[in-house]
Amino acid sequence: MRLTQGTFSFLPDLTDEQITAQVQYCIDQGWAVNIEFTDDPHPRNTYWDMWGLPMFDIRDAAGVMTELTACRKVYGDRYIRISGFDASHGWESVRLSFIVNRPANEPGFTLERQESEGRRVLYTTRAYSAQLPEGERYA
Amino acid sequence: MNAIDKRERRDRYAAGVMKYQDMGYWQPDYEPKDTDVIAVFRITPQDGVDPIEAAAAVAGESSTATWTVVWTDRLTACDKYRAKAHRVEPVPGAPDSWFAYIAYDIDLFEPGSIANLTASIIGNVFGFKPLKALRLEDMRLPVAYVKTFDGPPTGIVVERERLDKFGRPLLGATVKPKLGLSGRNYGRVVYEALKGGLDFTKDDENINSQPFMHWRDRFLYCMEAVNRAQAVTGEVKGTYLNVTAATMEDMYERAEFAKSIGSVVVMIDLVIGYTAIQSMSKWARRNDMVLHLHRAGHSTYTRQKSHGVSFRVIAKWMRLAGVDHIHAGTVVGKLEGDPATTKGYYDICREDFLPKRLENGIFFDQSFASLRKTLPVASGGIHAGQMHQLLDLFGDDVVLQFGGGTIGHPMGIQAGATANRVALEAMVLARNEGRDIVHEGPDILAAASRHCTPLRQALDVWKDVTFNYTSTDAPDFVPTASVAG
Repeated sequence: MRLTQGTFSFLPDLTDEQITAQVQYCIDQGWAVNIEFTDDPHPRNTYWDMWGLPMFDIRDAAGVMTELTACRKVYGDRYIRISGFDASHGWESVRLSFIVNRPANEPGFTLERQESEGRRVLYTTRAYSAQLPEGERYA
Repeated sequence: MNAIDKRERRDRYAAGVMKYQDMGYWQPDYEPKDTDVIAVFRITPQDGVDPIEAAAAVAGESSTATWTVVWTDRLTACDKYRAKAHRVEPVPGAPDSWFAYIAYDIDLFEPGSIANLTASIIGNVFGFKPLKALRLEDMRLPVAYVKTFDGPPTGIVVERERLDKFGRPLLGATVKPKLGLSGRNYGRVVYEALKGGLDFTKDDENINSQPFMHWRDRFLYCMEAVNRAQAVTGEVKGTYLNVTAATMEDMYERAEFAKSIGSVVVMIDLVIGYTAIQSMSKWARRNDMVLHLHRAGHSTYTRQKSHGVSFRVIAKWMRLAGVDHIHAGTVVGKLEGDPATTKGYYDICREDFLPKRLENGIFFDQSFASLRKTLPVASGGIHAGQMHQLLDLFGDDVVLQFGGGTIGHPMGIQAGATANRVALEAMVLARNEGRDIVHEGPDILAAASRHCTPLRQALDVWKDVTFNYTSTDAPDFVPTASVAG
């Protein structure tokens, strides 16, 4: 399967040139750029691990791309996403978030059903990869 | 010093009939207070009726007056409670109609009650005989009154955080055919559309609980579809379960059931009424639920310019009443929507402060005082080939809802959904790269369709579909060129 979280997952994987353009767009909007990675792709896994702090003061996308290269060297077998954070009043949240690195093999999820009263079903989504300990999932 | 104080109070309150303007409802030198509610009406007086007297009558009948003098006014601080028509001006290009500005003291209204606000402002007055027609164009709601409302239970930002979807419009589709599918077949449409790339599917306004499909059956099959689609894509998905029903008890029962089976969103229709909407908003706030409003019925009173209530006023009321989504027009689709007027509706839903902009039909500065924002929904006769226009018109904070434009795809529902999602992501990518999407849009779509067969098929089928009809509700004011100073 292909995990389709993020703004551009239905397009072919972005090239570094395309990623640079999106990062520069975030910077030009005044948003802080953040790099995060995970090996738990569950749709409600909100807190991916941060690669350092959000880059609040960077003015050139090249600096972000250097960090992305470094992150890929360590966590290139995991999902990595880049997000733009807007701290202005009334938003104070993420504005753009897209995947820039994914594991070579994405085994996807299983849907577990627990039958309950009145035809109700309690659903649990479980990532096949998350059955292994963190760090060993996509090795 | 108002007009009434200048005359003998004994004359003012003598029994009998008196012109409204002589009763104090016309005060041309009145300066509205920051805490006043101000309404602007389009009035079309009967032949021979003076527009100022007509405006005073509207002020009177929407506040304290009746057709004759009553001595019991003198038991009250009646000068304060009397609404004050203070400005009447001709409507550009319409010789028989006038804009009348009327100010209301905030004490006339119950805090946090749309029902009470509307009972005054659009109560008796709309049937008043001396007027041929009357339309409520806009209202300035003072911050002091705005702050008595809870507003949207979720709001745009929190909804995006909850769904983990940023940087692009959300995508939806209304299940079609809107009537007749069984629960099992209905869920099939939901599953295919969500798996194909949509964020939401939606019940139509008139899907409640009918002989062909009981509501519980629909809810259960829909949640199977939502959860399957989440597992297949790894994305949060939702379907607006319409809980509209005959009574509040029925609606609460359906909403509680939707919550118990894990839905992130429920939906209501405008026809349930303002009080029911506010009740469902409070329920949604207590239960972490996104509340979708379908504006069923609004065109009966919003569409004609001479009489009724402008949708911009309905949109303001609904943001106060507290809905997270509201249908606000598509401009390019099959339903009424002038571009400049529609922009006004979207701004009312999404901005915290809205400056007066007559060219968009916005008559007043309006602050929403940090009230959460309502996500507008563009739905009705739109397709992937219009993606550049839709993104340019509405930006990111909108739900683009393609019903026929998803389900009518020649290769099926999933392909239709994928075509829309790819078209959208390609257009957002291009816009962020600084490309001129309005002019390059068709090229961007063509390029994207080279790696996406469903998009190419969608563009082939619908490439010539447009709905170009004259709008019935265009702004009265056009921008005039001015020298920047």
